[in-house]
Amino acid sequence: MFSQLASSLTDGLLLGFVYGVAAMGLTLIWGVMSVINLAHGPVIALGMFATYLMFTLLGVNPYLALVPVAFFGLLMGFVIYGVAVHRVINAPHLSSLLATFAVNMIIIGLGTAIFSTSPQNIDFPLGSLEIGFLTIPVTRLLATAGAVLFTAALYLFLYFTRTGKAVRAVANNRRAAELMGIPSSLVLALSFGLGTMLAAVAGGLIATFFPFTILSGGPYELKSFVICVLGGLGNPLGALLGGLILGGLEGLIPTFMPVSWVPVVEFGLFVLVLLVKPSGLLGAK
Amino acid sequence: MKFLKSCPVILLAVLGLLLPGAVSSALAAEKTVVIGFTASRTGKLNVEGMRQINGLNLWVEQVNKAGGVKLPDGTQVKFVAKDYDDESKKERVQELYTKLISTDKADFLISPYSSGLADAAAVIAQQYNKIMITTGAASDSTYKKGYTLVYQAYTPASRYLTGALDLLGKLDPSAKKMAIVHEKDKFSTDVVNALKAYGETKGYQIALFEGYDSGTTDFAPFINKIPPGVDAIMGGGHFADTTTFAKQLYEKKVKTKMIALLVAPPEPKFAELGEACISVIGSSQWEPLAKYSPETAKAANLEYFGPTVADFVSSYKGKFNEDPSYHSAGGYVAGLILQKAILKSGSTDTAKVKAAMDAMDLMTFYGRIKFAADPKNHGLQVGHEMVYIQWFKDKQGKPKKEVVWPETGKTASAFVCPVR
Repeated sequence: MFSQLASSLTDGLLLGFVYGVAAMGLTLIWGVMSVINLAHGPVIALGMFATYLMFTLLGVNPYLALVPVAFFGLLMGFVIYGVAVHRVINAPHLSSLLATFAVNMIIIGLGTAIFSTSPQNIDFPLGSLEIGFLTIPVTRLLATAGAVLFTAALYLFLYFTRTGKAVRAVANNRRAAELMGIPSSLVLALSFGLGTMLAAVAGGLIATFFPFTILSGGPYELKSFVICVLGGLGNPLGALLGGLILGGLEGLIPTFMPVSWVPVVEFGLFVLVLLVKPSGLLGAK
Repeated sequence: MKFLKSCPVILLAVLGLLLPGAVSSALAAEKTVVIGFTASRTGKLNVEGMRQINGLNLWVEQVNKAGGVKLPDGTQVKFVAKDYDDESKKERVQELYTKLISTDKADFLISPYSSGLADAAAVIAQQYNKIMITTGAASDSTYKKGYTLVYQAYTPASRYLTGALDLLGKLDPSAKKMAIVHEKDKFSTDVVNALKAYGETKGYQIALFEGYDSGTTDFAPFINKIPPGVDAIMGGGHFADTTTFAKQLYEKKVKTKMIALLVAPPEPKFAELGEACISVIGSSQWEPLAKYSPETAKAANLEYFGPTVADFVSSYKGKFNEDPSYHSAGGYVAGLILQKAILKSGSTDTAKVKAAMDAMDLMTFYGRIKFAADPKNHGLQVGHEMVYIQWFKDKQGKPKKEVVWPETGKTASAFVCPVR
């Protein structure tokens, strides 16, 4: 029982780091511009395909491919922001929600036409690591390392660079930041880009160990919502914590009940947090 | 002169009298029958779906090239296939089959791949009074709904994995504990329910019996739940999820004596898993190594119809540049069954072809074909048998599959799953 519990928890937590990266993207966009990005899932899927194409067509190591995939995600964010979000940024939330939903449908439509909905797989086996009774696939360990690396880079960027501080300033009070001479439109575009960059990177990491289709981003987008609410909407660190909690739960729940109960508990928790502590565990900053 | 002037008019009149007769006799001599089906060209079933279509299209090409089917009145029946992509989605199937019947005027129908999709299509076939041959659809339940025009080419799901248990009993008589992890769809659920019941009658303890949603990619929660010391892990679902399950079982270095999974292992593409596919057993509707021939038909006192196994394999390889899987053979045999029924009935009329199908009992390259004719199970396949394959390593260390069960048809002896 103990070994099953430990194996399940380890698997769950390792996955939780990757969930956390995906959720950080969503929460960053909400925190800075109060936009719920419904194109988050398709961008995760595009990250998967970008990694896959670089691996299969150019022979690039999928972990090294994450760097160009991150730039691709950033660029996607700029485009989505410029085309769909910028004009409705000050409109009621419903407008930005619908605008990003439209982008979601466009990406899925185009993706289905180009890639079809057939499952794809990055065939890059790295074996498994045995530590006592634990057997951990190396791909998951590397994905966790990648997630930690990107989280650390985001933290350093937000807290120790001038541009990062500008992002935080706009998130705190956009008007005051503008009065201080911060070009808020540029900062908003950058923040959106950073959010989609994290989504694309999360997609790339997931693609190294799970098969995927253009529709695969949807479940991770849903998980990201639960994580954001759990950790505190608008707080990147809370998103990472939320990711770990969700991953841990996904590992632990099946030990005691059928796996089909996992979403019931997850979304039950989602509702509970909204009712009891709407600001999430770490609250919004 | 006057005669010469009127010559063209007379000529035209003569032609006018002759041509309609010529045209009508040409029309009577050839009839085109539309075979309608949906094909999972995209989506999670595309690997199996594409092979099934390839097999069926090969049959269409070959039967037409051979002049079609000649009816007693001299009519040459030729076939044309009309299909749409169902994207592996049930909700698309009923709409598209209605379109095939109403707009494309399909005369006969072939099912889409998978039990769930075929079940959705069968309702439409029965409703519009069209004969449907289901292939790639093993679930038993479709044939217990009182349909009278739906005929199954595959061995039913209830007999899909039971042979693996017999094989396990032979490999290791002390084996008594098994885990079943399966896709929660119609086909896989039918298979594992029958397997569980069969296992219990044989005295096996079912240590884990759990289903996963279609489209699952993370099997770690299920693998972690498999208790230590299980003698066999069985289940799976369709190609995409079963392949991922097999891969993750290997990554997690699960120790067991036998891994027997549905659908994916017999597919040549399964070999792309490399080491992870070695020792995995799969039940197959048909294998290129199958020993069905005019001689075996004669020994069984049955009529043999259609190409030999070798002819089918070589023509398939020639056209598609790959080995045929049982999905390919299933597609081809669906057409072959229809061809035989039209030939036997001497008509393309639904009622007459149905009577021929009900009475059918023959041997083909794919095995024996016979349908239950009683109202409770009408159309259920009762003649065909499964074979079981296992992945070995060849001399170069590359994966190679062999038939390991039943004992009479095996090409190699099964081995216990090595420690990974």
